[in-house]
Amino acid sequence: MENPPIIEMKGIRKGFPGIVANDDITITLQKGEVLALLGENGAGKSTLMSILFGLYRPDRGTISIKGKEVQISSPTQANDMGIGMVHQHFKLVHNFTITENIVLGLEPRKGLGMDLESASKRIKQLSEHYGLNVDPDEKIEDVSVGMQQRVEILKMLYRDAEVLIFDEPTAVLTPQEIQDLMKIMKNMIDEGKSIILITHKLKEIKAIADRCTVIRRGKLIGTVDVADTSTEAMAEMMVGREVSFTVDKEDREVDKKVLEIQGLNVINRRGVMGVKDFWLDVYGGEILGLAGVDGNGQTELVEALTGLTRVESGKILINGKDVTHSNIRERIESGLAHIPEDRQKRGLVLDYSVEDNFILENYGDDRFNTYGFMNRGAIRENSEAIILDFDVRAGQGSDTPARSLSGGNQQKAIVGREISHNPDLLIAVQPTRGLDVGSIEYIHKRLIEQRDSGKAVLLVSLELDEILDLSDRIAVISHGELIGLVNADEIDENEAGLMMAGVAKGSKS
Amino acid sequence: MKLKLPHMHRTMTVHLIAVFLGLAAGAVFMISTGNNPFAGYAYLFKGALMNYERIGNTLATATPLIFTGLSVAFAFNTGLFNIGASGQLLAGGLCATAVGLTVVLPKPLLLLLMLLAAIVGGGLWGFIPGFLKALFNVHEVVATIMMNWIAYWVVNYTVPAYFKGEFLETESRKIPDIASLRVPWLTELLDGSYLNLGFFIAIFVSLVIWVILKKTVLGYELKAAGFNRHAAEYAGMKVNRNIVLSMTIAGALAGIGGLSLYAGYAVNIQIGILPNQGFDGIAVSLLGANSPIGVLFTALFFGILHSGKGFMNAMTEIPPEIGETIIAILIYFAATKILIERFLDKMNTRFVNRISVQTGEVIEKGGN
Ligand SMILES: Nc1ncnc2c1ncn2[C@@H]1O[C@H](COP(=O)(O)OP(=O)(O)OP(=O)(O)O)[C@@H](O)[C@H]1O
Ligand SMILES: [Mg+2]
Repeated sequence: MENPPIIEMKGIRKGFPGIVANDDITITLQKGEVLALLGENGAGKSTLMSILFGLYRPDRGTISIKGKEVQISSPTQANDMGIGMVHQHFKLVHNFTITENIVLGLEPRKGLGMDLESASKRIKQLSEHYGLNVDPDEKIEDVSVGMQQRVEILKMLYRDAEVLIFDEPTAVLTPQEIQDLMKIMKNMIDEGKSIILITHKLKEIKAIADRCTVIRRGKLIGTVDVADTSTEAMAEMMVGREVSFTVDKEDREVDKKVLEIQGLNVINRRGVMGVKDFWLDVYGGEILGLAGVDGNGQTELVEALTGLTRVESGKILINGKDVTHSNIRERIESGLAHIPEDRQKRGLVLDYSVEDNFILENYGDDRFNTYGFMNRGAIRENSEAIILDFDVRAGQGSDTPARSLSGGNQQKAIVGREISHNPDLLIAVQPTRGLDVGSIEYIHKRLIEQRDSGKAVLLVSLELDEILDLSDRIAVISHGELIGLVNADEIDENEAGLMMAGVAKGSKS
Repeated sequence: MKLKLPHMHRTMTVHLIAVFLGLAAGAVFMISTGNNPFAGYAYLFKGALMNYERIGNTLATATPLIFTGLSVAFAFNTGLFNIGASGQLLAGGLCATAVGLTVVLPKPLLLLLMLLAAIVGGGLWGFIPGFLKALFNVHEVVATIMMNWIAYWVVNYTVPAYFKGEFLETESRKIPDIASLRVPWLTELLDGSYLNLGFFIAIFVSLVIWVILKKTVLGYELKAAGFNRHAAEYAGMKVNRNIVLSMTIAGALAGIGGLSLYAGYAVNIQIGILPNQGFDGIAVSLLGANSPIGVLFTALFFGILHSGKGFMNAMTEIPPEIGETIIAILIYFAATKILIERFLDKMNTRFVNRISVQTGEVIEKGGN
């Protein structure tokens, strides 16, 4: 430790309209370590890292690299200083190949043309070295989200980054991909790189980080050694109160059928059958968890149920009414609400204010307009209620543009909006993606309240823990087919894992 | 409202800077052609605003630009590029002229009917590209450009065939006074200028469009699709219907511009011309930050440049093309407004930094 830290951010302050996102924050990163940043949604983690990466300028405070004070005023500069960042939302050109994406901005020249061949060779080398398994000639649009993330990682490595910043890298990954990422990170540490990792998952911090800096509402709470701090203690530091990790749920009888899926077939974008002969009923008063490995038809099923995709054949009934060919509005009016998988693509109009986003589906309600004119008063009231109820933290309250909400608060806004409709059927896809442990606890409680009041919840999640904790029944989907349907208390993690891999429970093979 | 003000303020600053840079670049041109830019600009503004008649003519010149600017801006707010304001203006103008030349009614009723005809003609010219986009995903830029030429040829055939002028094959008969937006009291008030009722319609329509976009459910819905089509779909909005509706409204706006051009500013419609006002509308919308109020003021500014350049040319050696050049430069600067914004940001953070460093010092001293 006699060497100066590779990164030191000292007394950083950054204000946005109505909020101080970073208030006198100091962090240090030693060479060869993983430093975790932990904090509630909107605590200021992404802001702090954006400052280090040259996207924002701090109002006050200094940044030093290896003991030397520096000014970082653009990402290009950050790159030159050996700092790389993988953002929460990737920045890739979809119809470019992986190689083209990686060299973008520093195209290797050969005479007048580009020397993509040597670049591609180097990428292959790097990929092998760190165990990334990337094919440089594939196009981004053809590869999985996990692979896209690796491309982002390669972008950093290709630019010889010494310090790698990961902003919630695991939020979009499948459990298997998370395992792989952890391994890749270990390889990078072995190569002498240093990592700053933002994550809400305490398990991951335990698994890989050396130290953990905790931020709450823009202020530094402290830095702890991960090895001698329990996850409970870290959670408490971050939220300021004890967090319960278990979900309390009373047994209850189910009510009537709310959703009936009858022999559904759906063709996906690639023109093949994404959902095959799917039968499933969801009852009022239950949470039905849909488990499965990513890309096994969950997206197609949800899009068909919500009306975003056409059904090839089969039937969908909500509250006994056939909605197979109804449009989205009609389904919403039949009692459907949907927490979408991709919050920025589907869930929000980022350029609208928070309050305008809260009426995205029901702006036409009588209370929100008179003769076609918006009732600003009622819209504001609606917004304040959801903000309060779901603790959506926004610098300027209802007026805040959705774009400037932190990732987790965007998610809370969507979840809050959908639950506030009090729908008969809630289709919740990854409802707690990107949320801090305190918020997860709260959202889980609200989902169970829905169930307790006799509503139906279809929970789609890649996180087995979430499915096991919340569900009354679990349906497993594999290759677009329903391959198992069990009561949640009759199954443990291992069995569920096996089923997801395609081994039906009780099958004789 | 509280929050939007600084934002509006900022957009305005950016655009004023663009205007200033445009004028400065124009000055450089004048100097390089051996002229005095102060004299040049003095004559330009004099030419546009020297007396009542010229002011009236400036406003009359601006009027069609207000409509085409609104047309482009409205479409843009809903995520669509309307390159077809020219054709829509022609279509609206042709329909209005046809009514004006054939129908006999008292003036107020006749004008109302002409207005309706302009709305229908322009609206149809917007509806078709909207429909093609909604149904077959034909890009509206392609479709509106094609509609421009269709309007051009339709005018080319129908005017000589049905509305031929007394002397010339290439223009329609003059519309009678009773079918003109010019009214005697206004003409007299402004010493015989071309200013006509179109200008007042334009102001009124600007306000209406502003209200629609800002205050109504319709505006909320149309803009949502413009910002994020996927989210609008998700929320159950009828995105396709909205595309058609939005293009129709945009077309109708440009169509009224045609009424104001051919039955107000001018007295007949000519063949063989794809009116420039349609393309200027794109610039007006861009420089007006796609807001109806911004469009109104930008169109007036363009009106000044257009109507003053003749006088400038007459009084100095400066070629009238300088006016066009300034407009072209303005567009460049408006398009690079991101650069200007970034520059403003930089100045801002420097300023804030300096202040916070100062206060920081004070705090430290206080602490000691
Ligand atoms: N560009 C911006 N403009 C205005 N406010 C912003 C902007 N970026 C962030 N904020 C505000 O600053 C605060 C901190 O945001 P930040 O994104 O750093 O949170 P975070 O710790 O990364 O949270 P999360 O875990 O939800 O991603 C939030 O209240 C957010 O609303
Ligand atoms: Mg964040």
